Amino acid sequence: MAELTLVEAINDGFHVELARDPDVMVMGEDVGRAGGVFRATAGLRDRFGPDRCVDTPLAEAGILGSAVGLCMAGWRPVCEMQYDAFSYPCLDQLITHVGRYRWRTGGTMEFPLVVRMPYGGGVRAPELHDDSPEAYYAHTPGVKVAIPSTPGDAKGLLAAAIRDPDPVVILEPKLHYRTMRGEVPDGEHVVPLGQARIAREGNDVTLVAYGAMVPLSEQAADALDGEASVEVLDIRTLKPLDEEALLASAAKTGRVVIVQEAPRTAGYGAELAAILAEKAMLDLQSPVLRVTGYDVPYPYWQIEDAYMPSIERVVDAVRKLLEF
Amino acid sequence: MTEVLPAERDLRRVIGDGETVPDGEVQGLSEADLLELHRWLVLLRTYDERSVVYHRQGRIGTYAIFWNHEAMQAGSVYALERGDWIFPSYRESAIGLLRGMPPSTLLSWWRGHPAGWWNPRDWNVASICVPIATHVPHAAGFAWGSKLRGDPACTIAYFGDGATSEGAFHEGANLAGVMRAPLILFCNNNQWAISTPVEAQTAAETLADKAAGYGIPGIRVDGADVLAVYEATRDAVSRARAGEGPTMIEAVTYRAAPHATADDPSAYIDPERVEEERQRECVGRYEAYLRRLGVLSAEAAEAVRAEAADLMRAGIAEAEAEPPADPALLFSHAYAEPPASFDADLAELRRVLDG
Repeated sequence: MAELTLVEAINDGFHVELARDPDVMVMGEDVGRAGGVFRATAGLRDRFGPDRCVDTPLAEAGILGSAVGLCMAGWRPVCEMQYDAFSYPCLDQLITHVGRYRWRTGGTMEFPLVVRMPYGGGVRAPELHDDSPEAYYAHTPGVKVAIPSTPGDAKGLLAAAIRDPDPVVILEPKLHYRTMRGEVPDGEHVVPLGQARIAREGNDVTLVAYGAMVPLSEQAADALDGEASVEVLDIRTLKPLDEEALLASAAKTGRVVIVQEAPRTAGYGAELAAILAEKAMLDLQSPVLRVTGYDVPYPYWQIEDAYMPSIERVVDAVRKLLEF
Repeated sequence: MTEVLPAERDLRRVIGDGETVPDGEVQGLSEADLLELHRWLVLLRTYDERSVVYHRQGRIGTYAIFWNHEAMQAGSVYALERGDWIFPSYRESAIGLLRGMPPSTLLSWWRGHPAGWWNPRDWNVASICVPIATHVPHAAGFAWGSKLRGDPACTIAYFGDGATSEGAFHEGANLAGVMRAPLILFCNNNQWAISTPVEAQTAAETLADKAAGYGIPGIRVDGADVLAVYEATRDAVSRARAGEGPTMIEAVTYRAAPHATADDPSAYIDPERVEEERQRECVGRYEAYLRRLGVLSAEAAEAVRAEAADLMRAGIAEAEAEPPADPALLFSHAYAEPPASFDADLAELRRVLDG
């Protein structure tokens, strides 16, 4: 067990998985010589060679499209999209092919590729370095989506994604790449896809979150200490969702606030709320609330704190439910 | 460094016109090869013409016609080994026939029936790509990935003139050039992207000129001359196997038929020009060449046509004999391990369907 930052844990995970399976290769912009703009792939090119940690041309659709072909040739490519919003060109390939090709071959061919990217705001960055695009990915059939919130999960979910026979998209909270440290198991460490985690136990209200909104929700729970016993459910995998864990927590507390950094409309939180409406109505003692980003472009960073869900906004939502 | 500029201006030709333009020949092709190529052309032509009829009879759905594209497909595939991989667009939907794929599979595909699924590894033919040019990066990745594995296979990707305007074409071609991937970029320039003429796609003088931007050679060939297509592809295959990287082939022809069964080209194409092109269509040109050589008799040609027609009759019968697809297939094959929600969805669907 080592104490690592979140991005160090990802790097550790890569070293373990590339050593474990010679079919795994890493590709993307600046992942080789530079080791990635956040150093997530540092040391891989030196250790495994330039054919297994490949600096590609600057072309996100080409990266993901060629990864489809690499899968057909027997590789397990892990594609880095340099930033959340730079991944949009690759949506063409993701939607038209990545999520469909296995189905198109009647299940005879596997596409064990991974797309990973830093996501989210709060880092005082220029425009289009701050997006939370998880809904686009989760909406695409044939694709799984995971978002870690701790260094240990960042390593473990990456390993699960690499070993999974289907395409998996991982969004990593860049806000916590270097600000969060945590215990990370040495060597092989797999966190299975589709299993949520109770980040904190509580009885009065559940905060449902993923990625960077998990530590924020935990801070909100701290702020409510003495006022309410708050459970924080880190769903970890958006698709497939651990519905059982969601419904169990809702049944236990009867009150749910969903915390999502992305814009509100048709965001992933709406899916969670719909599931609760369909399957937990008799367990709920109050409406399901969402604390989200707003339906606006991610703002200039001078005012980004007003856009991001804050401890205060989460606490406020919890109080509304307690008073309902 | 290979010379990549300029792309050839003149189209490579082998077959003459029987009058002023003399016939050439391709070294290394035996009489048996020439006849096999003829069989392939007739197979594709018969498949295409019958498919249009089947569509009119309501036996298959919308169908993308490839009439007068047969020489490009047969000539290029004939230059490949069985271990080489083909990435077709919908215009090459029947190219698997040249690898022995049964017509029923392809007809099922156009019937929207899951019997039209195939395992690409069975034929070394990737799935039919519908969105324009998006398979070019797949082919580039596959060629690069095979090279990394030390596999001697090369890969060919087919796309049309309109596809060269797409970002995916550029990204795939560029990556293949950088990786020196053993890839043949085969552009069937039939001069129309549905109703848009090639002059409206690009200000470049030729599509093959684009190759220079990727540091690879561009070759131009008469797309209705099956032997010229064969020879140009054979050269590109040699380059690929020698580790010299990709080649772009621009095969120029003319779309003398609608884009697809749903298209009415009278709104945008000059019918006289179409008629002119139909007079010099690729199968007839090759048959005339073979007759001038004294290789093909009228009886032999008729026998080849009859064999292809029989194959198609059997194919459509087989496709139509497929039992209706089970709705449970909705939930099959999207994931290796389907999520639990699929079981519930299927149970609910069955309950409603079964009343």
